[in-house]
Amino acid sequence: MFTYLLRRLGVAVLVALTVSLITFSMIYLSGDPAVALAGEAATEEDIESIRTYYGYDRPILVQYGDWLFKALQGDFGQSHYLKQPVALVIFERLPTTMMLGLCALVFALVLSIPLGVLAAIRPNSLIDRTALTIAVIGQAMPSFWFALTLMLWLGIIWRLLPITGSDSWANFVMPSIALGYYITPAAMRLTRAGMLEVLSADYIRTARAKGLRPVTVLFKHALRNAILPVISLAAVQFGFMLGGSIVIETIFAINGLGFLAWESIQRADLPMMQAIVLVLSVFYILLTLLADMLNAWLDPRIRVA
Amino acid sequence: MASERILEVEGLSVAIPTPSGMLHPVQNVGFHVDRGETVAIVGESGCGKSLTSLAIMDLLPLRATRSADRLVLDNTDMLRIGERQMSDIRGNRMSMIFQEPMTSLNPAYTIGDQLTEGPRRHGQSGMSEARDRAVWLLEKVGITAAANRLRQYPHQLSGGLRQRVMIAMALMCGPDLIIADEPTTALDVTIQAQILHLLAELQREFHTGLILITHDLGVVARVADRVAVMYAGQIVEEGSAHRIFTTPSHPYTRGLLDCIPIPGKTARGSHLGSIPGIVPSLIGEMPGCHFAERCRHATGRCTSRPVDLGDGLEPDHRVRCVFSPEELQP
Amino acid sequence: MATRSLPTANEILEPSPAALLRRRVFGHAGLIIGTAVLVIIILMALLAPWISPHDPYDQVLDRKLIPPIWFDSPKVTTEHLLGTDQLGRDYLSRLFWGARISLLIGFSAMLISGLIGTAIGVIAGYFGGRVDMIANFIITTRLSMPVVLVAIAVVSLVGSSLTVVIWVLGLLIWDRFAVVMRSATMQVRSLDFVTAAEATGCSTARIVLTEILPNIMNHLIVVATIEMAHAILLEAALSFLGLGVQPPEPSWGLMVSEAKGMMFFDGWLIAIPGAALFLLVLSINLMGDGVRDVTAPDGRN
Repeated sequence: MFTYLLRRLGVAVLVALTVSLITFSMIYLSGDPAVALAGEAATEEDIESIRTYYGYDRPILVQYGDWLFKALQGDFGQSHYLKQPVALVIFERLPTTMMLGLCALVFALVLSIPLGVLAAIRPNSLIDRTALTIAVIGQAMPSFWFALTLMLWLGIIWRLLPITGSDSWANFVMPSIALGYYITPAAMRLTRAGMLEVLSADYIRTARAKGLRPVTVLFKHALRNAILPVISLAAVQFGFMLGGSIVIETIFAINGLGFLAWESIQRADLPMMQAIVLVLSVFYILLTLLADMLNAWLDPRIRVA
Repeated sequence: MASERILEVEGLSVAIPTPSGMLHPVQNVGFHVDRGETVAIVGESGCGKSLTSLAIMDLLPLRATRSADRLVLDNTDMLRIGERQMSDIRGNRMSMIFQEPMTSLNPAYTIGDQLTEGPRRHGQSGMSEARDRAVWLLEKVGITAAANRLRQYPHQLSGGLRQRVMIAMALMCGPDLIIADEPTTALDVTIQAQILHLLAELQREFHTGLILITHDLGVVARVADRVAVMYAGQIVEEGSAHRIFTTPSHPYTRGLLDCIPIPGKTARGSHLGSIPGIVPSLIGEMPGCHFAERCRHATGRCTSRPVDLGDGLEPDHRVRCVFSPEELQP
Repeated sequence: MATRSLPTANEILEPSPAALLRRRVFGHAGLIIGTAVLVIIILMALLAPWISPHDPYDQVLDRKLIPPIWFDSPKVTTEHLLGTDQLGRDYLSRLFWGARISLLIGFSAMLISGLIGTAIGVIAGYFGGRVDMIANFIITTRLSMPVVLVAIAVVSLVGSSLTVVIWVLGLLIWDRFAVVMRSATMQVRSLDFVTAAEATGCSTARIVLTEILPNIMNHLIVVATIEMAHAILLEAALSFLGLGVQPPEPSWGLMVSEAKGMMFFDGWLIAIPGAALFLLVLSINLMGDGVRDVTAPDGRN
């Protein structure tokens, strides 16, 4: 167990370093970052002064080392546009996005796990077919279109919910649905497939042969084993959702990390973009690490090795 | 002590719909088990013996349907009770041991948890009492350091140990009847004999009925009181173990017995028998004797009409063949 | 002397594998419907220059915001079956031409990511060990970078165009190809016919091309449909955010984006391109699911 965790941790650190290197080199995609920053009307001198000011004249590896060293201490530099420390701005916006992501995840799981279980208990039944249809339709719906449609119906036509902003809980309902529905099909299919597989396992027959109540068989013996892959999926998808929140936050004008990312891209605010990509990537790495640890802890075959 | 009937089965059939037609893996099977008696059901794989046991437990796959004329467990008519009452019987008055010890235990829970589940469900005892019985039974089935084992998970035990746990689990509620479905097939040859002896011993000690399902005739010869031979979904011969092994009547039974070497009887270097042909498909209706295609004695009347399970050489002996048992003796 | 008995009636009546496959294909409603819708959309895209009633870029400012013909409005005209947008461009024509963009981007991005992902996956699955570890590391690294965010960041830095969008998406979404091909290759690799080919001295390249690839083809097709749908949705999202295909191109995502301001008054402006996207992605997904079901081993559903 301990060596497994150590190995897993080592891989996570290595991945994080690689991601940081990729993120860092992103600024060179547009060619010379100093030229990009200076704007079209800049003179040769302006560009040169920007280059030395931001340290773009040093060797790339030195720049990377410097950037990484500072980033590890929580210093991502100054925002070119907001003229504020990048870390501070991100720290302000992060809770909103986390909140949105969590609400979306809860919405998705609350919908998908019971549906998946019901579908697996009676394969090919009406419930199974309905769930499957919902999954197929959900997977094909563009998220921004779904968000706009929700906005149109729930916000404008029925006037149930506020359409933009992030001040009260009601602001989070539509964005959470719009963000969460996208992972519902995958979570539902995984629950269904896992349950189907587990329900045909020999130990389920053993449990039934003991005369256990169907509820006990289903929840204690089956769901416990079928849910393990769903936990991994939930962690992975939570990470994806934070990345995908850029679309939803832009639509609903929610003042989170995604909206910040979109603004920063519009303003060519390179340090801010780098930091957001890195923060979200590292967060994803932590999430999968956590999911693996949780899985190891829940699965005695790994825990008690 | 007079024999006491534990289980009576009559006209038990199982049907499973498949894309190419209705499959009839179990057809009109009937037998009975007395208290303290071991009845062996033998036959090659696919002859319907496992489905027979699952049908008795009412644990058939969802798609399969069961029908029977009579299915009585010690005064309880199992055809007339609902799933709820049936689950009260399962694991309590009638328990089952499965073929695959490696996969028959839930990997997520400890041995102790899974052993004590039965008694707690059936309201027989509280947690501590159930634990005591679990420890006692684990020792009975030959597991050392039983109290510590309760905290272990299935993956920490070998296949042989797991099957011992399964046997202990079957005994937790003190059932009247145990059904063991190929309990030794998945185990190493060296362990097979141990497990079998254990089963026979416990069966004597607890005086339960035991249905032993196997394709291994060597196993049957050692422990069974009575034997039912199944072929292609039907019982083709039924009688005391002594009768079946000394004077087998049905051509299929005789073929089966020719396939195993008997110390002292089979000459060194001589060929063991084999039965030519393959088991027929059980999809759709099949008039006449199922074995006719592979039988040396087959004549036209074998396949023209259904063959009943007729009287054999003694009261408890029955044979499904158009020839009389006397005609069939070599 | 053991002779095999004559085949029973059931064995004779058993349909041939090809007939069984045909029966399964035509018995699968999803597969048939999905393929049919996809074919219609592909035809729309291919024939766009001939079947479009108007030029999709032509702005007629006195013909702005004509509703589709099923609306009860004095502006409705049969000249514009699906109406016109806020710049007076014919919506039906833009829809036809937009199908080209979606299909082109979806297919090209899928091709690029399929090549990268399949190469990584097959190599990892075939060689295993250290190679597999490295491949796994690359896949994990890729997965930990948020696709949408990285895509728009890169597009904004490099400058957006159709080609850029195709390459960025193609270079980003190969992960599923790699993961699925890796496990499929591992499964096939352990089978006897691969060992037999190795034993007869076939070269690795030959084994991979003639023994492995044909046997993981069905997985490859299924993933390809998923990723094509994925790429189409991503392109639409990028264009919606203004960082994908640029105006005045008639990308469906861009059409939704341009109509956003008008949606509270003319909901159909976002409903039509959105529904088109939905149908396209749905048809591709249905086809993929169908291929998976039809090629799956017996009894799986």
